[in-house]
Amino acid sequence: MTHKAPHTPNPQSTAPTLLGIFWTLLKRDCRLAWSQGGTGTMGVSFFLIACSLFPFGLGVDPSVLSQSAIAVIWVMALLAGLLSLDRLYQADFEDGSLDQLMVSPLGGLGITLAKSLAHWISSIVPLILIAPLLAVMFYLPPSAYGALMISLLIGTPAISLIGSIGAALTIAVKRGGVLLSLIVLPLYVPTLIFGVAVIKNAAAHMTYVNELTLLGAITLVALVVAPVASSAALKLAQE
Amino acid sequence: MHKFANPARFNRLADRLLPWVTGLFLIVFTLGLYSALFIAPEDYQQSATARIMFIHVPSAWMSMFCYMVVAGASFTALVWKHPLAYLGAKSAAPIGAMFTAAALATGALWGKPTWGTFWMWDGRMTSVLVLFFLYLGYMAIWSSMEDQEKAGKASSILALVGIINIPIIKFSVDWWNSLHQGASVIKMGGPSMPGAMLQALLLMFAAFKLYFVLVFLWRMKTEINYKKIAVFRQARLSE
Repeated sequence: MTHKAPHTPNPQSTAPTLLGIFWTLLKRDCRLAWSQGGTGTMGVSFFLIACSLFPFGLGVDPSVLSQSAIAVIWVMALLAGLLSLDRLYQADFEDGSLDQLMVSPLGGLGITLAKSLAHWISSIVPLILIAPLLAVMFYLPPSAYGALMISLLIGTPAISLIGSIGAALTIAVKRGGVLLSLIVLPLYVPTLIFGVAVIKNAAAHMTYVNELTLLGAITLVALVVAPVASSAALKLAQE
Repeated sequence: MHKFANPARFNRLADRLLPWVTGLFLIVFTLGLYSALFIAPEDYQQSATARIMFIHVPSAWMSMFCYMVVAGASFTALVWKHPLAYLGAKSAAPIGAMFTAAALATGALWGKPTWGTFWMWDGRMTSVLVLFFLYLGYMAIWSSMEDQEKAGKASSILALVGIINIPIIKFSVDWWNSLHQGASVIKMGGPSMPGAMLQALLLMFAAFKLYFVLVFLWRMKTEINYKKIAVFRQARLSE
């Protein structure tokens, strides 16, 4: 039997574990987004204000508004998500903490996953929570409320994931926000199509399982592709 | 393939090829135009209007082909670090964007007399429009990054992400809405058009391909010369 010397620290207990770093990064990014100067509250406000502009343009006819409600909510959710994407990696890149993260056990893939998840939780989930309010204001048929929430929950992670590719590619570009939207918006088309199709079918009392499955499939494809592409782009930025 | 990694050798090869390609292009293009305008029979419903097809269809094919070239070159550049592949992808993109714009414009001109409208939000058109946006995003990366080495890698990553997304966008948009006719040249049971029409179409297609090669070689030479100038400048500065 061997006895450990009482004062040698166990390296296993002090070295941060992979999940530990992931969790810390996730919490830190969420907290930063919702602290002073973060984009969390601004994104939600933008979402509310931008959606409320539509009745001024479309008119207040309830039948017109209820028809456009789905599109307005989905498109504005995409744009509100874009708002906070351009700083996804940039702040950490500028102050050097990204370099530290890249050499941590987390690596590029883990950073992308943690940051995308943090973006989704801090910037998109609040929009989803507030979506029913807008649905009421836009006279969405009550039968579509459940589908609205489900389609946003399943579809929007793709916004953060695909967006992370654009954010990583434009990391070193000054004022890269415009470039980011130019790159990312065309890639959002499939998510938008199926996200809207789910709610449309629900509003018409039709089944929407197929559309929902495809929406989930797009999110899963993004889950596979985005970390690989983003971490390649992050490595490139470090050279 | 690495034989042509030497820019000087590539330039020599391009200089030797260019007169031949130019001559061949002029001959095939003249033949193609003649058979498209005079030999090919009129469509029994659309009369001479259908002749737009001889520009429209090859442009649409080339729009896809050029993206394959961009993506293929990007892949070669990222995986084998082929020094000219970045320039190849960069050179092919504007040509592809131009063919895409041509396909959209001729489609609109053809749509007006036959469908009664310049534009329909139909699956084919919309996916070609999204392809056009992908080209714009790709070219925007090149123009917004000063470090051409980094711009090359970043744009290559985007091109590869785009190629995964092209079929997804295409299918999602197709299911979303479709008015455009289905495939009529490459399908089971042979093409559904008269031989003279098909012959003119294939001649025009060959002419467009040659045009691509011609402009591509020109652009590559220009890019290589730009690079040379940059190197000379740097050498002058460091003296």
